[in-house]
Amino acid sequence: MPAEKKPCLSGTALTKVFGFGSQKTVAVDHVDFNFYESEIVSIVGESGSGKTTLAKMLLGLISSTEGEIYFQGKKRDIRTQKKKQEYWRNIQAIFQDPFSSYNIFNKIDSVLLDCIRMRGGGRFSHDKKVELMTEACSFVNLKFAELTNKYPFELSGGQMQRLMIARIFLLKPKILLADEPTSMIDASSRATILDYLMKLRNETGMTTIFITHDIGLAYYVSDSIYIMEHGKFVESGSADKVILYPSQKYTQRLISDVPKIHEEWDLSTV
Amino acid sequence: MSNLILEVRDLTTKYVTRFMEDVYAVDHVSLKVEEGKSLGIAGESGCGKSTLALSLMGYYFPPLHYMSGEININGQNISGMKPDDVRKSILGTEISYIPQAAMNALNPTQKIIHFIEDVIKAHELYITKKDIYERARKLFETLGLPADVLQKYPVELSGGMKQRTVIATSVLLLPKVLIADEPSSALDVTSQKMVIKMLRQAMENGLIDSMIFITHELPLLKNVTDDIMVMYAGQIVEKGTAEETVFDPLHPYAKGLMGSIIVPEKGLRNVKLTAIPGVPPNLKNPPTGCRFAERCKFVKPECTTNSIALRDAGGGRAYRCILSKEELREAYAREAYKNAS
Repeated sequence: MPAEKKPCLSGTALTKVFGFGSQKTVAVDHVDFNFYESEIVSIVGESGSGKTTLAKMLLGLISSTEGEIYFQGKKRDIRTQKKKQEYWRNIQAIFQDPFSSYNIFNKIDSVLLDCIRMRGGGRFSHDKKVELMTEACSFVNLKFAELTNKYPFELSGGQMQRLMIARIFLLKPKILLADEPTSMIDASSRATILDYLMKLRNETGMTTIFITHDIGLAYYVSDSIYIMEHGKFVESGSADKVILYPSQKYTQRLISDVPKIHEEWDLSTV
Repeated sequence: MSNLILEVRDLTTKYVTRFMEDVYAVDHVSLKVEEGKSLGIAGESGCGKSTLALSLMGYYFPPLHYMSGEININGQNISGMKPDDVRKSILGTEISYIPQAAMNALNPTQKIIHFIEDVIKAHELYITKKDIYERARKLFETLGLPADVLQKYPVELSGGMKQRTVIATSVLLLPKVLIADEPSSALDVTSQKMVIKMLRQAMENGLIDSMIFITHELPLLKNVTDDIMVMYAGQIVEKGTAEETVFDPLHPYAKGLMGSIIVPEKGLRNVKLTAIPGVPPNLKNPPTGCRFAERCKFVKPECTTNSIALRDAGGGRAYRCILSKEELREAYAREAYKNAS
């Protein structure tokens, strides 16, 4: 952690309202946040608390009803397609479902080749491209030589999600947004994915926003945690503070909902 | 000794692929479930957990084929029965099965009560709508679900509520055994807790006699079931009570699974989590000898030559490894010391 923390992405009174009149649903309700540089931030909440809506707004996939997003201190401007693409060079995402993140007709290496092209390496020699791809694959402990002629369906969920991280490693964006990257894969490969996210942060210093409903994962991976309830941040702070000394009832409930090993699981609270 | 509800002896089933290759996804599995007990099955994806669940029902359709073994439910052997007979006399009344995406079974154009009517009418021909409603309402009350759900359409319900509705419907005919195949892994933690609470209520109120719970989340198994069985590549590699398996695993694979648990407890961040490298073997041509050998840290030359039998470890525990209990514990202690320093 650097001595002085610069906010990489911040928002003021960010709001998203779906529908109008009697059908109005406030998905995200005047949230303020500061995500600092090279920090892993977790956003935790139940389903329906507005985590994914917030993520989509941060990515610029949907517009906000109210409020502003600041990227590296400046107001984010994505009004034209060109500016939007410029912004997307700085922010990338990993989604929940690795099986639908790939084009099933293309071989695996086309995913990585696209990334090299996007970083301006389209005219690199073949050897150079292979070298870059091998480096990215070895970062997540995959062997590029074994993958090169495979189609996505030949990989397991964990391998696919690791390849998504290899893709991020090639692109080197400023911000990585991971929306429940571990919920569709095995419990035993979860730790691996989280370890690679931390390794990525340590080596490239990118800000990582990790969205999850499992507070245990958030505690393992993140530096600070934001707890979201009905579109509002009800509690935030460093991971140790939020998990070990929770002040809000909602946070305490989220912690008690996760089955634990050394403590009895109290089923009477729901 | 309470009476046995389900007893499976040396069950072997296989899949036949398009190219006529045999894949033995369940390989000589034996298990026992007593009345009032629950059994948890753990393992990675692709280890044969779900195939075991399908095989236990005796409901075989290609590409799944029955090979050998016995399945006894309440003393009745169902292993050789035709699928049609199984559907009429076993499913729903003796064994009930909840798949992972159970909520997708609901018809979006019909109310929940219609779904329940279908289930009851398939087994009891002469029953009035009023009786069905009354029975459904009583069941929902016992399980702590609101009765107004019955008159709603599936789109009006949340994911957790849909899942609970389908589970409630599956215990409607009072089955002896309920097989729950990852019933909560598509849900968030709060809904998961509600599902577990409901399953436990069904157990306590005598709606089901015993339960088989399949999941890859070990903290959940520890809190839900009495016994745990760990599967790897179609075989049982370890079985024992939940406490023993979680806190003192014997087989290296079980030990590896325990090493990747993430729970929000004090001290989690200081622990280095150890995931098992590699993926489960392809069962088209399973490795000779120990199937876990190529991923095992403590592998020896003789592991890959002879096939390894399930060893008794005393106190109802068993594991599949050539090393003895003491040797394994010593190896784990040495490993822990190496990681710490």
